[in-house]
Amino acid sequence: MAEATANGLGQHALHAHEAPASGIAHAEVHQEHPIKLYLVVWAWLFILSTCSYLVDYFGLHGYLRWSLILIFMILKAGLIVAVFMHMAWERLALAYAIILPPILVLVFVTMMVFEADYTLLTRLTSFGAGP
Amino acid sequence: MAETLTHTGQTEPRPAGWRGIAADWSSDQRAFKNVSWGKAMMWIFLLSDTFIFGCFLLSYMTARISTRVPWPNPSEVFALRIGGSDIPLILIAIMTFVLISSSGTMAMAVNFGYRRDRRKTAILMLLTAALGATFVGMQAFEWTKLITEGVRPWGNPWGAAQFGSCFFMITGFHGTHVTIGVIFLIIVARKVWRGDYDVGRRGFFTSRTGRYENVEIMGLYWHFVDLVWVFIFAFFYLW
Repeated sequence: MAEATANGLGQHALHAHEAPASGIAHAEVHQEHPIKLYLVVWAWLFILSTCSYLVDYFGLHGYLRWSLILIFMILKAGLIVAVFMHMAWERLALAYAIILPPILVLVFVTMMVFEADYTLLTRLTSFGAGP
Repeated sequence: MAETLTHTGQTEPRPAGWRGIAADWSSDQRAFKNVSWGKAMMWIFLLSDTFIFGCFLLSYMTARISTRVPWPNPSEVFALRIGGSDIPLILIAIMTFVLISSSGTMAMAVNFGYRRDRRKTAILMLLTAALGATFVGMQAFEWTKLITEGVRPWGNPWGAAQFGSCFFMITGFHGTHVTIGVIFLIIVARKVWRGDYDVGRRGFFTSRTGRYENVEIMGLYWHFVDLVWVFIFAFFYLW
């Protein structure tokens, strides 16, 4: 009767909730995926965490370090949200409502980078370089 | 088929993609069509929590950029002496693996919950809670170590004074979330074990009957705690 959005990540068994003691079927769905999917994602999270730890262990620095940290972080966050939290199988109306607002925080980040740079500049001109 | 309930009680298929977003939000009905309110509200709570942690990390970024005193090197601060040599960040790495493992067991608990496998669901949830408690224990150890080394919210022996306040605020708030999660994991695991969701027993606080979906909602919270740690690990410990 009901089905989640099909957006490419593969559907497995889908079951509609039996609406108890009510004639209205709300068509709320949950998905059942094979355990293997979770084990694969789990393994990937381990691999990515190890990689980001190795970035520090080998003492990489500069833009290489920062970009690797960000890449591993985004991949991990994406896997958790998409598979563990089942966002990949939700309708877009929910996915956009939840995922877009945090991305807009980047505007705030940009503002604070300028603000912090300005604070540093005034501190350096007023107090000189570090103690 | 994805369906929308019309006022006449008939159902019609729901469009996908952008048209689906417009249709869902403009339907004069519930916007989240195939998601229960419990789940939608947990997502919205998590969104608000994202902003809280986002503001913490933002203030940490601002403090770190604007100070003219060098920031303490987290790689050295969080190193542990094992077997005569300093291994950088090792405790934090283990904590990360513990929390990721707890997320894995939680995801499987949700799966077994929907299969009505009470025993496996409860065991996996308790395992998740145990891993979460381990994480909090390691964090307590880390705090103790740093405090004995002289880190305070107003200063520390290695550099910028803001390091301590950022550290205690961010990891403290995250640890609180983990602790609350552990408590609720145990509560939900007990309900599953007792079969509350099979017999429709009413909850002690809300006096509502629960469903196995509660396990998934609990799982959303727990995965979120793991998600926040991914960002803290990247920005506070590795940067």
